[in-house]
Amino acid sequence: MSAPRTPAEVVAELNDLTVWFPSPAGMVRAVDGVSLQVRRGETLGLVGESGSGKSTTGLALLRLVDPTSGSVRVAGQDVTRWSRRRLRALRRRVAMVFQDPQASLDPRRTIGASIAEPLVVHRLSDGRAARRRRVEELLDMVGLRGDLADRHPHELSGGQRQRVGIARALAGEPDLIVLDEPIASLDLSVQAQIMNLLRRLQRDLGLTYLFIAHDLAAVEHMSDRMAVMYLGRIVESGTPAQIWREPAHPYTAALLSAVPVADPQVERERRRIILSGDIPSPVDPPAGCRFRTRCPQARPECAETDPVLAEVDPDHRAACLFAGAAVRAMRSP
Amino acid sequence: MSEHVLAIEDLTVTIGTRRGPARAVAGVDWSVRPGETLALVGESGSGKSMSVLAATGLAPRSARVTGRVRLLGTELTELPEARRRRLRGRHVGFVFQDPMTSLNPVLTVGRQVAEAGEEHLGLTRRAARSRAVELLDLVGIPSAAQRVDAYPHQFSGGMRQRVVIAMALICEPDLLIADEPTTALDVTTQAQIVELVADLQRRLGTAVVWITHDLGVVAGIADTVAVMYAGRILEQGPVDAVFGAPSHPYTSALLAARPDPAAGGGDLVTIAGAPPNPLDLPPGCAFWPRCPVRGDARCEHELPPLVPVSAGHQVRTFYPRRVDEEAQ
Repeated sequence: MSAPRTPAEVVAELNDLTVWFPSPAGMVRAVDGVSLQVRRGETLGLVGESGSGKSTTGLALLRLVDPTSGSVRVAGQDVTRWSRRRLRALRRRVAMVFQDPQASLDPRRTIGASIAEPLVVHRLSDGRAARRRRVEELLDMVGLRGDLADRHPHELSGGQRQRVGIARALAGEPDLIVLDEPIASLDLSVQAQIMNLLRRLQRDLGLTYLFIAHDLAAVEHMSDRMAVMYLGRIVESGTPAQIWREPAHPYTAALLSAVPVADPQVERERRRIILSGDIPSPVDPPAGCRFRTRCPQARPECAETDPVLAEVDPDHRAACLFAGAAVRAMRSP
Repeated sequence: MSEHVLAIEDLTVTIGTRRGPARAVAGVDWSVRPGETLALVGESGSGKSMSVLAATGLAPRSARVTGRVRLLGTELTELPEARRRRLRGRHVGFVFQDPMTSLNPVLTVGRQVAEAGEEHLGLTRRAARSRAVELLDLVGIPSAAQRVDAYPHQFSGGMRQRVVIAMALICEPDLLIADEPTTALDVTTQAQIVELVADLQRRLGTAVVWITHDLGVVAGIADTVAVMYAGRILEQGPVDAVFGAPSHPYTSALLAARPDPAAGGGDLVTIAGAPPNPLDLPPGCAFWPRCPVRGDARCEHELPPLVPVSAGHQVRTFYPRRVDEEAQ
C-alpha cells in the first residue's frame, strides 16, 4: 500500500519485503515483495489462506524472522539490520498476540509473572509492589479479576488465557500490536467477546493493530483498511467496504463467495465461485500472475506479466491485469 | 419408523474422570432420513461429537452410554460388539476433522480406500483397487489412476480429506458422519468439500450427520439442525425455522455473535462467560448463568422441557413463543 492520502503518522512500514526460507525442496518464498504501512490509531487487516505469507509478514514487523530483502521501519527507524541487542528495544515498540494462548504462556509461571515479564525486561516499573499494581491494572483493562494474577494458565479458560495474552501485549505500552489469528482457536461466543475487547481497548488507549486472520468476516469487522494476501503477495487492498462491495481481484471475489453466511435462503440462492485445485507451492510460484493457475478468468497475457498493485479507485488497489472486469465476468450468470 | 437411517432416543453419555463423572450427553433425541442432512451445532464441550460417537459405538471405554440407537431399524445397543462393528463398517462412513487420524501414513491412499471394500464388501484385491481409482476420481483427485499409488504426505490437506471421503464411500454407506470435516481447511477448500459432499449426496442418496460449530456451513448444507449446549439439545428443527425464527436465547445469540459485513462495524452481541464445566453442571437450565433473558427461579432450579414452537421445531424453555401463532 503506497502513500497515504491523509498525513496520519506511519507507525510501521514494510517496503518491498521478501522473506525466503531454505528448504529441501528449494527456496520457500514465504513473503515475496510486500509493501504496507500501518498508521497510528488504525487497524490494518491482513487476510489470506494458509501459505499466503500473512503470518510471516507479521513476524517480520517484530524482526522475529529476518528479511531477505526490502526494509522494515518502525516508529521512523529502519530496523531491518538491527542487531539482536538493539532488537530488545523494538520488542517493546511492537508487541504480539498469538493464536494459541496456551502455547504462548509459560505453564509453570503464574499469570501475574507472565504479564510482568515485559515490565521487568524493559524496566518499566520499580519494585514488586509497583509491578503487582500494574499487573492488576492490566488484568482489569482486559476484563479479568486482579486475583487471577496468582493462578496458572491451566486454571483459565481459552478466552481468559487470550485476555492474559492481550494484557501482556499491553504491558510495554507498544506503538503497534500484531494480532496473529487472535480468535481462531476460540469458541464462537468467546470470539465476539475478544473482538469487542480489542476494539474497546483501541478506542480507550489509541492502540494501533495489525490484525492477521484467515477469517474474512472478522477482518472486515475489525479493520479500517485491509489487504488480501495470496502466495506471498498482497493482491488487493482497500477499505473493508470496498473489498466487500466491489472486490477487484478474482481471488478476493472467490474468497468472498466461499465464506458461508448463516442464512439458509442466501446460501441456497448464491452462486459460489469454486476455485479448482490448491494453492501452488511457494517454492515455485507460477510465472506472471501467481493466481492465474486457479483463476477462472485467466488469459494468455496473465502468464507473461506479473501484475503490480495498481489503483482501481481512490485507496483501493488490485494486482490484476483485468482488475474489475474479471470479477464482473465471474459474477455474471 | 424404519425409514430413518439413524435414530437415537434418550441418549445419555457419562464419562468417568479422575474428578468424578462428567455428563457429556444427556437425553438427546434425533434422527436422520435417507438423502437428508442433519447438522449438529454447538461450542466445544456441547456433546455434539460425543453423541454421534456414542451412537455408533465409538465412545471411549470410560464412557457409560444409555438410550436407544436404531441403525436402519436394528437396535444397536442390544448387539454384541462384533456385530455392531460389522454393521457400522458396512453402512456408516466417517470423515473426521484431521484426515491424518483416518489415514495410515505408510500405506498408499489406494490401498487404504480399497481395504474397506475388501473387508466389508468382499471385493477381490483387484476389484477393490479399480473401485478405489473410480472413487478417487469421483471425489476430484486429479489423475486418480496415477495417484492411487501415492502416500498421504504427498497430498495437500484438502486432497487428503477427499481421500478420506473416498474411503468413507467405498461401501456405499447409507449414512455419512462428518465431524468438523472442513474446520482445518482453508475457506476456498471448504467450499470445494461442501460442494463435493452435497453432490455425492444427491447422486447416492446418502444420509449425512454433519457436526460443526460453523453456522454458515450449517445454513448451506442442513435440512434439519440441532443446537447443543452442555450435553443437551436446546433447539432443533428445519434449518429455515431455526435460523429464520430462533426461539432459544442461545441460538439467537450465536447467530448474532458472528460479524456481518453487510451490517457495519458496531459492537458484536456477546454471551457473557464460558460454557459450564461438565463435572459441575448447574441444576436447572445449563445456559441460565449466561442467559441474556435470565427467566426466573424456575429456570435456575428446574430443567426446562423441549417443547414445540412450530412444525418440527422444538425449543428447550418454560416460556415458548409460538412462532406460528405470532405469524398469523
